[in-house]
Amino acid sequence: MSIVLTPMEETITLEPTEVWLSNPPVTESDAATPIWYRELQEKSWERFKELPVPTRTNQHWRFADLKMIRFADLASAASASDSASLIARATANRPADFAAHFVFANNRLIHSEIVDLPAGAICLPLNEALAAHGDLVRGHFLQETQTLGGDKFAALHGAATLSGLFVHFPKGCVSEKPILVHHFSGGEGQLTFPHTLVVAEDNAAVSVVDVFESITVSEQTLTVGVVDLTADRGGRIQYVSLQNLSDNGAKHVQINNTRAGRDAAVKVGFINLGAAWVRNESLNRMTDTGADCQIFSANLANGIQEYDQRTLQSHEAQHTTSDLFFKNALYNKSRTIFSGLIHVKPGAHHTDSFQTCRNLLGSEEAEANSMPGLEIDADQVKCSHGSTSGQISDEEIFYLQARGIPADDARKIISLGFLNESIEKLEGDELKAYLFAAVERKFTHLDESA
Amino acid sequence: MSQSLKIENLHATVDGIEILKGLTLEVPKGEVHAIMGPNGSGKSTLSKVMAGHEDYTVTAGSVMLDDINLLELEIDERSRAGFFLAFQYPHEIPGVSNANFLRAARQARLPKGEEVDAVAFYKEMYLKMDELGMDRKFTGRSVNEGFSGGEKKRNEILQMMMLEPKYAVLDETDSGLDIDALKVVAEGVNTMRSPERGFLIITHYQRLLDYIVPDVVHVMFDGRIIKTGGKDLALELEEKGYDWVTKELVPA
Repeated sequence: MSIVLTPMEETITLEPTEVWLSNPPVTESDAATPIWYRELQEKSWERFKELPVPTRTNQHWRFADLKMIRFADLASAASASDSASLIARATANRPADFAAHFVFANNRLIHSEIVDLPAGAICLPLNEALAAHGDLVRGHFLQETQTLGGDKFAALHGAATLSGLFVHFPKGCVSEKPILVHHFSGGEGQLTFPHTLVVAEDNAAVSVVDVFESITVSEQTLTVGVVDLTADRGGRIQYVSLQNLSDNGAKHVQINNTRAGRDAAVKVGFINLGAAWVRNESLNRMTDTGADCQIFSANLANGIQEYDQRTLQSHEAQHTTSDLFFKNALYNKSRTIFSGLIHVKPGAHHTDSFQTCRNLLGSEEAEANSMPGLEIDADQVKCSHGSTSGQISDEEIFYLQARGIPADDARKIISLGFLNESIEKLEGDELKAYLFAAVERKFTHLDESA
Repeated sequence: MSQSLKIENLHATVDGIEILKGLTLEVPKGEVHAIMGPNGSGKSTLSKVMAGHEDYTVTAGSVMLDDINLLELEIDERSRAGFFLAFQYPHEIPGVSNANFLRAARQARLPKGEEVDAVAFYKEMYLKMDELGMDRKFTGRSVNEGFSGGEKKRNEILQMMMLEPKYAVLDETDSGLDIDALKVVAEGVNTMRSPERGFLIITHYQRLLDYIVPDVVHVMFDGRIIKTGGKDLALELEEKGYDWVTKELVPA
């Protein structure tokens, strides 16, 4: 049986070729890094130069505002000047319970704290890990060759000096507390390249939270991040990205590649509150029997923010399961794009796969685009996909008002609840409270920027 | 100063059709009144009109809560002025926890700059939930989502207990309740009976009034109160059925 449901092609419009930057974004002498890595960087740079800037002819960029990726004068970020205040910002507001906390500013490590890591776990900045555990990194680093449209960004990332963490939990190594990683970026036209590489070997369990923030408001910055998650047999990973960059100038690209092996379970959460433009690609492969991927997102878009999210749930073995649950609350003239495909590959019988995208429109001018997709090439499969868009129901507002809550507050509470439904699906009460508080803070500023 | 919930000559329409046709009744503080009536007599319309639902248009009359004209207030202002409606079909609010909802309702009653004392709030809420036999897990669950009929009604009573209104209207709170849930709900109402508070209990069946004994019973038909009496009127009505109302009580 084969069912294919994909949207129609859009009219072709060609964009002029552009040059984003003319030299590889390498800022550190990489003498200590392995040869294979330096070769990979060089190859990536060649590939980056060859690849065209995405155009409308590319199905993966349908509905995207391509003006957002007309970059000029990009440069690798210079060191941030005021580390102390950034460290203070990162540590003042964090979940109380964590295993380790790393703070990067403009692609450089400025702070690290290891509180409670289980024996055997490796948790190191990527450049140190490349020097010390090169072979271990190599097997999991930028292994994914498919993309959901962001191949030029992925190539640029591969060519660059990276920041971010290598987290390796060997067989049976378990920590329920999250590893926190802050990534600050700032400076006009500055580029940063956070990379998060998480490996949970057999029956290991690990949780990692990336937090993205701007150093100051109203600077044009670009983050080009890649997250590689690998869970081996029975391994569990929870990965959360809390993107809270300045909505005035910051752009953020994040490409997530997940591989869940036999009976492995991976949860991924994207919370987008900040940035002028965001592109999330989430490619989730369930490569062996019993693998499970759950992908959640809660996005609060305001002003002229644009959040562009593309996902793939790729079922490649029998008895694999996945659930995608995305929520967008939109205000003013903001835009969101959701394009998701469930692909049940030949032989992936007995698959259960679900996909839901819900949009709450808080303004007449906001625009939510949803393109759910389904491709089934196996039997005994349970799949559903759907997307809805709507406004807050008058009856809900009436109910809250009838308890004395003013109408504006009622709308806020209902919208928060709407986004919270996605956050609720993650693990860890403290982490959830932390994420919820961040969403709540943005809500209190909505009126000011309206 | 008046000490009653006083409805006078209330006329209201929905989609241009008149449902309330000059309804008059007064619930003095300290009393429990019941309104009984057949389906379609306008009982639920009355409650929605008092709460301020936008689908209903008041064309004449007044509703006075002590000295305040309720109809001049916004929906939320009515609640803060001391009016409470326990809904027949309470709405679900996904993603909003019961505790946060109640806290927001309490917060709305405080002067600007003051915050709800979280510790005292939870203590009070747990105590009242115990009284209503509600499991504490309900504090973390989304408002009314996935609640059974009985759980929703208990939740309405919990809200009433936490908000301590001057006047409470209970709209068919007994519908869909089994006898145990009915007793719990009635007990909740009975503990709140006080010389400082008035109740108006809207019901189709006499059963609830075995547990919440009213001071006064009104019979409603076709948008008006057509008979008022003591608690025995409910029994008489139960015995003779609503046909008795429509055939014998309605003035020709």
